[in-house]
Amino acid sequence: MSLSVAFVALLAGVVVWGLLVRRLTAKSWEAPGSLEDVEAGGRISLPPAKIGLWILLAVITSLFGLFISAYWMRMEHAHGDWTPLAVPRLLWLNTAVLILSSAAMQWARGTARRAQAERVRIGLIAGGVLALAFLAGQLLAWRQLSASGYFMASSPAIAFFYLLTGVHGLHLLGGLLVWGKTVVRMAQPGVELIDVRLSVELCTVYWHYLLLVWLVLFALLLST
Amino acid sequence: MAYVAIADRDHALHDPQTFITKYIWSQDHKVIAIQYAITAIAIGLVALTMSVLMRLQLGFPHFFSVIAPNNYLQFITMHGMIMVIYLLTALFLGGFGNYLIPLMCGARDMVFPYLNMVSYWVYLVAVLVLVAGFFVAGGPTGAGWTLYPPQAVLPGTPGASWGIVLMLLSLALFIVAFTMGGLNYVTTVLQARCRGMTLMRMPLSIWGIFMATVLGLLAFPALLVGAVMMTLDSVVGTSFFLPAVVSMGQPPTHNGGSPLLFQHLFWFFGHPEVYIVALPAFGIVSDLLSTHARRHIFGYRMMVWAILAIGCLSFVVWAHHMYVSGMNPYFGFFFATTTLIIAVPTAIKVYNWVLTLWRGDIHLTVPMLFAIGFIFTFINGGLTGLFLGNVTVDVPLSATYFVVAHFHMVMGVSPILVVFGAIYHWYPKITGRMLNDTLGRIHFWLTFLGTYAIYLPMHYLGILGVPRRYYAFGGTEFIPQSVQWVNAGITISALFVAAVQLVFLFNLIWSLSKGKPAGSNPWRATTLEWQTPDTPPKHGNWGPKLPVVYRWAYDYSVPGAKEDFIPQNQPLDARTPAGREHGIGP
Repeated sequence: MSLSVAFVALLAGVVVWGLLVRRLTAKSWEAPGSLEDVEAGGRISLPPAKIGLWILLAVITSLFGLFISAYWMRMEHAHGDWTPLAVPRLLWLNTAVLILSSAAMQWARGTARRAQAERVRIGLIAGGVLALAFLAGQLLAWRQLSASGYFMASSPAIAFFYLLTGVHGLHLLGGLLVWGKTVVRMAQPGVELIDVRLSVELCTVYWHYLLLVWLVLFALLLST
Repeated sequence: MAYVAIADRDHALHDPQTFITKYIWSQDHKVIAIQYAITAIAIGLVALTMSVLMRLQLGFPHFFSVIAPNNYLQFITMHGMIMVIYLLTALFLGGFGNYLIPLMCGARDMVFPYLNMVSYWVYLVAVLVLVAGFFVAGGPTGAGWTLYPPQAVLPGTPGASWGIVLMLLSLALFIVAFTMGGLNYVTTVLQARCRGMTLMRMPLSIWGIFMATVLGLLAFPALLVGAVMMTLDSVVGTSFFLPAVVSMGQPPTHNGGSPLLFQHLFWFFGHPEVYIVALPAFGIVSDLLSTHARRHIFGYRMMVWAILAIGCLSFVVWAHHMYVSGMNPYFGFFFATTTLIIAVPTAIKVYNWVLTLWRGDIHLTVPMLFAIGFIFTFINGGLTGLFLGNVTVDVPLSATYFVVAHFHMVMGVSPILVVFGAIYHWYPKITGRMLNDTLGRIHFWLTFLGTYAIYLPMHYLGILGVPRRYYAFGGTEFIPQSVQWVNAGITISALFVAAVQLVFLFNLIWSLSKGKPAGSNPWRATTLEWQTPDTPPKHGNWGPKLPVVYRWAYDYSVPGAKEDFIPQNQPLDARTPAGREHGIGP
């Protein structure tokens, strides 16, 4: 829980200092007038979708931060019922696949900037398919666990394993929906690269973010 | 600042064609706001009815036997949850947030209109799932609105099989809906303000709604985490929260879970939730006071900073709800301190409201009455908060009616007074007609005095030690017979206040067609929503050209000006003096 408090405090601090403080000292009652008078510099012009995505990422960070806090606290409060989990080996492979997926998306984003439409398509599709492969791998890991008799109710560590991987997987699925929409749109005749560039960029940011979340979760599962 | 997010254009955006796209599947923020408001008020009436039934039981236990002990617990749970989340949160943010943000910021709509529409429909599904709890086997959950495990999940608590699962599902849906709406509100405030609308020129309503949304976005995930984990405990049989409990003579089915963990998660959401409701109320009441006192808000910058400070501090006070939970007592010290610290920015706001009224040209209109009523009630409720924030005082009072009285004053009546004030204030813009003034005054005085008749005696009951959450008191030694008379009196007041709300509902419906035409700016207010070319505003809000803002939102009674208000979008010229001639600058 202290973790999430620290996170929220940090986030609030960053928002307040980085974005607002300069503006929040303006004495608006003393400075009537047109735009030019009151706005000497400090403009941010980002597409709203980008701002929206970053805010969404803050929300998801809060969500995972709280899941991780809950994990720690449950471990601390455990009355001798916490048996560490032997993490399936398969997860290492899955992690590698997810890193490749993120790399492919990054490549697509780079080529989109250089306006190489064909490569964007290849990168985008590769990224999505690798993400699907990651999800399939995670499902396989679940099946391995359940085949060896570890179900959700068996022990708290196992329950958290299913829960954390499940929630992460759901977020990736959500990303894949947007990805699917982008791929379909790119395939339509008459759609120029410029129309989907923003989508590709946003997907990439989201992919990197979920990779980061996964690395943190994986480290957590390995270390406890 | 992308002032051009939705630029000037001479054709409206995503023009609705048919009745259905115009009023049902609408992407217009104003229609969505009204949908949110109607749904929230409708479900709020259900919660009000439940409180009446509970009061009948408490006041006249021998005359009425309409509800059984089980029902009492279920109603107490549903009443709390509906009022706090499905009514107040949804109405302030989904209702007023949706309506006011684009209009007050000078935008044509929210930046993601489609998402906004989906947000409402998911909210509606959440409400329906919640209501479905009444119709399943075992009825809705009776675990108390805090849903503490283990009893929320164990057999013996009403609704432990289906009710609790539906409640958790409904909360999860609500959080999804809120997140979609919240992304919209925050992004619109940051990105879609019209030219000249700097952050420090925004009306305080927008500041309050904005900060409340940020709090909601960061705090609701805690509730989601708790809800997901408790659903798993209940359905799959995990032991996140459930310790080994011998229940109804059955051997334990769970092992080692931590009920305290749920309380931490719940209140990590639950305390910011108080401010998710309070901050929009603070913001709106500031605008009502300033407009109807014809005076600039006192200490605008301090008001903005106080909103931000309250927002940040609200994340570090949650465990003051848990002094009796069995957590480490040293925690209590820390949280008592932060709780007292958060009283400082709150007190600053109260002083500034009072100082706004000082030497103002006070018009005692109906919205103003509600705003002033809010100040009284909020101070009353806030002062008892100082008692309960201290561990040594809270421990004996925690399970008594003192707490019920405190939070109903501070979190029930206060925000509801603002909701009423805001409806009387903005109804002319929403519908084009004024609400009936006489009915409004009757509604105000009876509601205001009636709620005091309900909650002031409850403080006394609490100090006597009358426990809350009880269906009946039986022959308890320390509870004197007079408590029963007080309870009967409270019930009569409660019935009265509930009945008075029918006057309000009647007024809302009657004025829709019979009210006095309002004109575009009946209160002679400065903010942008009153400067729209049409009343009610049409789709796209601003006609062909977006407004441009030249001044802050509080240019009332500027010395030398022709009128006692100067709209935000009025350019400077020699005859309209600038704000610095207020005499409030250096």
